[in-house]
Amino acid sequence: MGRRARESQEINAGSMADIAFLLLIFFLVTTTMDTDTGLTRVLPPYIDEKTQEPPPPVNARNVFVVLANANDNMLVEDEYMQIEDLKDAAKEFIIGRPNDLANEKFPDFKKVEDPDLIKYFGANQMISKQIISLQNDRGTSYDLYVQIQDQLAIAYREARDEMSVEKFGVSYTELSKSDKEEDKDKAAAIKALIPQRISEAEPKDIDQARIAAGRSN
Amino acid sequence: MSTASLPDIVFMLLFFFMVTTVMRETSLKVVHVLPKAQDVAKLERKSLVAYIHIGPPIKALQSIYGTEPRVQLDDAFASTKDIPTFVEKVKSETNEQEVPMLTYSLKVDAEAKMGIVTDVKQELRKANALKINYSCIRKEQKKSGI
Repeated sequence: MGRRARESQEINAGSMADIAFLLLIFFLVTTTMDTDTGLTRVLPPYIDEKTQEPPPPVNARNVFVVLANANDNMLVEDEYMQIEDLKDAAKEFIIGRPNDLANEKFPDFKKVEDPDLIKYFGANQMISKQIISLQNDRGTSYDLYVQIQDQLAIAYREARDEMSVEKFGVSYTELSKSDKEEDKDKAAAIKALIPQRISEAEPKDIDQARIAAGRSN
Repeated sequence: MSTASLPDIVFMLLFFFMVTTVMRETSLKVVHVLPKAQDVAKLERKSLVAYIHIGPPIKALQSIYGTEPRVQLDDAFASTKDIPTFVEKVKSETNEQEVPMLTYSLKVDAEAKMGIVTDVKQELRKANALKINYSCIRKEQKKSGI
């Protein structure tokens, strides 16, 4: 009697593994282990054109102009350029010629009051007035735009790396990855020495009007 | 050979995949082949990311919507004018302290033109959603000559 009662309580678990396998395969197939990567940027706050004060004039020698047109051609500092050459040209401009300020092709230098900078380089350290201005047409392909953004970011990083190796013997990339307070300060100093200044032109309404007119034709 | 521990192992794997699986929340109505870039960073904290898809409609919808790139927010096509509403919705669904950390990921087809992207960016600026991410695929970096 007792033996029979115990037997009736047992469940046949032989198919358990099969069921589990089935579910496992389902989840294996549906899982997407995609990691999202991309270029993170911060947009400037919106300014209404009517209330906007005209921006302060910038000396042309301090601006590195990158233009991209609807045919995906690029004009850099009034010269036709391929995307492969953009990084080196931008890097050369970012670093500038601090010992040859008479050279009008490279940006001017100025003194700034920045505690991060003074800590390592003293109060007389000059920094470049460089600005990179990026202007694109509404017909420029998104691909080219991303390539330009990418190459400019790499140009800044490599310029900082070189500067950091020269001043501290360690690259900026490594300094910014480090957890040490000293390294963080050094990274901040390099960042203050070569600030990333990429300015995107405000889209113009004229372009929209022109394109609208073009469509109706 | 004893296979008694097989179900346990399988169950363990099963639980692992059950926990890590993220079901896709939106069904895509646009196709995007993302551009490739070298200097990409990983996007952390997926709960603080809102997606804006831009690209030509999928094949099945091309007879209705044509092949011009369009904007998709959540599950539906939208115009750029819907973006402020979308931003407000995303912000209201997020914890108040975390709103400044919200990132808007732009998943844009490489072939799309900048016109539509610029319009979206302008609307985002108006809605004060300034942190954006141009979604890209990592490309192998060429050795730099330092």
